[in-house]
Amino acid sequence: MAEKFDVIVVGAGPSGNAAALRLAEAGLSVLQIERGESPGSKNVQGAILYSDALEKLIPDFRDDAPLERHVIEQRMWVLDDDSFVGSHYRSDSFNKEPYNRYTMIRAQFDKWFSERVQKAGALLICETTVSHLLLDGQRVIGVMTDRQGGEIYADAVILADGVNSLLAKKAGFHPEIKPKNVALAVKEIHFMPQELIEQRFGVKGDEGVVIEMVGKITKGMMGTGFLYTNRESITIGVGCMLSDFKNQKITPYELLEQMKAHPSIQPMLEGGEMKEYTAHLIPEGGFNAIPNLYGDGWMIVGDAGMFVNAVHREGSNLAMTTGMHAADTLIELKNEGEDFSAANLKRYKARLDESYVMKDLKKYKNMPDVFHTNPQFFNDYPDLISQAARTMLTVDGVDKKTKEKEIRKSFRQRRSLFGLMGDAFKLWRAFE
Amino acid sequence: MSVAVKVEEKLFQNRYKVDSGRPHISIIDADKCRNHCENHACTICCPAACWTLEGNGEVTVISDGCLECGTCRIVCDEHTNVAWEYPRGGYGILFKFG
Repeated sequence: MAEKFDVIVVGAGPSGNAAALRLAEAGLSVLQIERGESPGSKNVQGAILYSDALEKLIPDFRDDAPLERHVIEQRMWVLDDDSFVGSHYRSDSFNKEPYNRYTMIRAQFDKWFSERVQKAGALLICETTVSHLLLDGQRVIGVMTDRQGGEIYADAVILADGVNSLLAKKAGFHPEIKPKNVALAVKEIHFMPQELIEQRFGVKGDEGVVIEMVGKITKGMMGTGFLYTNRESITIGVGCMLSDFKNQKITPYELLEQMKAHPSIQPMLEGGEMKEYTAHLIPEGGFNAIPNLYGDGWMIVGDAGMFVNAVHREGSNLAMTTGMHAADTLIELKNEGEDFSAANLKRYKARLDESYVMKDLKKYKNMPDVFHTNPQFFNDYPDLISQAARTMLTVDGVDKKTKEKEIRKSFRQRRSLFGLMGDAFKLWRAFE
Repeated sequence: MSVAVKVEEKLFQNRYKVDSGRPHISIIDADKCRNHCENHACTICCPAACWTLEGNGEVTVISDGCLECGTCRIVCDEHTNVAWEYPRGGYGILFKFG
């Protein structure tokens, strides 16, 4: 028996849920297929939720979404082996509703989001893996699942199947991802009493703190560490480019363990109980690595389309926004009586080009290459910065002018004057 | 700084529904791993230590503890020697928190 829907959405993460919600609200018949036992059970994120993208889809999400803490303080740390230099930004303006940023736990969040999608009228089937797309020539006409009589047909298929994007790859829509275009992140969640977290991070109620870290913790690899406060738990993790793990022969869980043992980090985990260890690839290839996003009867959204802004640590918001635009494209075409051919679906790409998604990714399009080819940003500079701070803060009878000279000398020894100027120029060009 | 790590202790905290006898990852050509691969990156980069370089030079994979990240598939870019599918629906890692 072959059923047919207007649209099949593969995956129930943020991009798939956004698309399915929008389509169902517009009255299209939507089947959403999820391989986990429930939405979220296969999904991993830090996780920070930026309100804006979700607000556009579910304006009242704050009423019942499982949110952990709203972020009132952002810390940026540069670490060497036994110290950190940091900046903290804390503002009471982040305490004014509606809050802009939250920590969240994805297994809970995705489940909640999916309930909203189902309420809107989409049909969800879980514990079902899509093995490949059904094609008629180049046109996608449905999916093959691992259920009995597994063929299901639709006028369009939205591929929200995550970073590995196996379905589009199998169909030959895009080549395999390269190790230099993905980061491998590992993390743990540590539970501890709410009061302990509030005491330790100087917060009360639902207030939260996030810490982003660079430096020796990544052993010169291009990457960052992070620590997020949830209500009754702390998430700690580290992610680096997969090509760097490969070239430097570093094992991810050893990297995480060493980071956890850092004298500036270890005390924050004291008294916690580790309850889960996760790993995930993050598509960080940026603008230049974005694959073909549409064709006859199909569109790619979310991580599968490389929609992550690595510089600003944004991903789930881009996922929701791309899911929304894919859905809106189909709704618009359906209303006009147009079909879902590639020629018409190019409107999806046009919508993205007009949105912050492509504008932001384009702005930073050279960033991945700059960092790939200039490891000093993750190696020499963190070291030099903490040396400089130590030199200036150690009172030992040496006058400050001599100390300044020492610092300048240490920078020029590690990077020539030309190198320093070049680095500044590269960063300026990449951020411009 | 050196820290002894037992990844098994980490994985022990996780929830899995193992699809016994139906591994979702396999090696396409064992000879390639043994005789043509120099770095065996899968054995280093896999965050769940599913891949092992045995004493006799053979590479083996046991995917029971797999976190389904895709690292082994992508890191094997010179040889593309990993057959990688998602587990059957409902099987594999079941994240409690994600």
